Amino acid sequence: MIQPARFNWTRHFTAAGNQVIFIGRFFRNTFRKDFEWNEFIRQCYIIGYESFSLVGITGFILGFVLTLQSEPTMRDFGAVSFVPSMVAISVIREIGPVIIALICAGKIASSIGAELGSMKVSEQIDAMEVSGANPIQYLVVTRILACIIMIPLLTLMADALALVGGFAASNISNKFTLTLYFSKAFSSLSFSDVIPAVIKTIFFGFAIGFVGCYKGYNSDRGTESVGVAANSAVVSASLWIILLDAVAVQMTSVFAYS
Amino acid sequence: MSENESSKNEKDVVVCISNLNKAFGEKVVLSNMNMLLHKGENLVVLGKSGSGKSVAIKCMVRLLTQDSGSLKIFDKEVTDLSEDELKELRIKIGFLFQSAALYDSMTVEQNLEFPLTRVLKLKDKSEIKHRIEEILREVGLQDAINKMPSDLSGGMRKRIGLARTLILKPEIMLYDEPTTGLDPITSREISALILQMQKKYQTSSVIITHDMACAKITADRVLVLNDGAFVAEGTYGELENGADELVCSFFK
Repeated sequence: MIQPARFNWTRHFTAAGNQVIFIGRFFRNTFRKDFEWNEFIRQCYIIGYESFSLVGITGFILGFVLTLQSEPTMRDFGAVSFVPSMVAISVIREIGPVIIALICAGKIASSIGAELGSMKVSEQIDAMEVSGANPIQYLVVTRILACIIMIPLLTLMADALALVGGFAASNISNKFTLTLYFSKAFSSLSFSDVIPAVIKTIFFGFAIGFVGCYKGYNSDRGTESVGVAANSAVVSASLWIILLDAVAVQMTSVFAYS
Repeated sequence: MSENESSKNEKDVVVCISNLNKAFGEKVVLSNMNMLLHKGENLVVLGKSGSGKSVAIKCMVRLLTQDSGSLKIFDKEVTDLSEDELKELRIKIGFLFQSAALYDSMTVEQNLEFPLTRVLKLKDKSEIKHRIEEILREVGLQDAINKMPSDLSGGMRKRIGLARTLILKPEIMLYDEPTTGLDPITSREISALILQMQKKYQTSSVIITHDMACAKITADRVLVLNDGAFVAEGTYGELENGADELVCSFFK
């Protein structure tokens, strides 16, 4: 007889506890002397520069498609002139940070998970540990901090390109000048739109880096676990992004717009 | 044995394991294991795959923690050490992994530089360079300095792994199946290199293996592990000519 699947509370509480301990180790090692600057810069390059084209194209198409989809409806209401404002607010407040974070979860969290997972399988992390070196400081701190710095920058770049994409799409049927389009877009924005969105992406960056590192660092032995680590890093990071976004939207509506 | 000799032997003990137990779930891996390693000694541990050889040496550097029993290194209980004390101890212990565990993203030079700059905190570039060149000369791989680990053969990887471990001048060396996956000639070369390095650096070594040629070349004393406990002890010659069926089966 098939038994119904039971939710394993012990396993989930243990995993949650291990994650809290891992976060504690990250913070403890972040403020230790001998920061790994070279590795941090290398990670910024890998995470930032190597994601540049993917995030840029995504941002451009995001603004382009959003404009094309919303313009007919706006035209029905005689509100075509509000399209730049609508694109700017929706992209900068919500769509840009979330979509870019999800794209980065797919690219960066999986790559960190697979890299650290394969280092774990091939005993490279153990080798660092038994030599007396500090693998958390070298591998984890540098990657999480690089994500915290680079995800907001990538999001800002994608937001800017989304506006360019929106302008390109608007020009297919309407004749907005560049100045008019951008003045309309920026006139509707305030700091209370931009700052909470940037702060939100810092947390998204932390989630992406942390989940990737945690899953890779704690993967099982065996080649299969590398794939499992990469896969679960993407799934968990995406879930964290959605959850953090829900909390951030609530907090923003309480603090920024009240 | 006279009292003097016995007390001298006790002083010479660098690793003392008594009644060590370790299980993974239901599977008991080590069961009341006892072992002594003396200063300057090459101790070979023989055993079938899955008999708990690697688990024992991983407990020594606290990559794994035993369920019960005592494990003392330099007269200090390993499980009681603080994080800083453990780090200090680990600097004195070299560990050569079965796969050599070279850092994939670094060149040979960077692999060797890593422990010097992160563990010994050396800053002087010329001293670092000198030490890297010296250790590479000793393992016979001066030309590999700029190569990536993926460009090296199995034997070369083991040599670089050994060099990376010895560059910190450890007092104890733990070898986890150093010749596994190598052809007989390279295997003999690695075994000879282990012996040569042991003589040069005066290390005390535990060599986990089931390669009898390696055991013959390197062993001062051999222990045979079966079902998590040692079942035989002696020199290579003594065990080879012994009567125990299980022990003899290793030498056939």
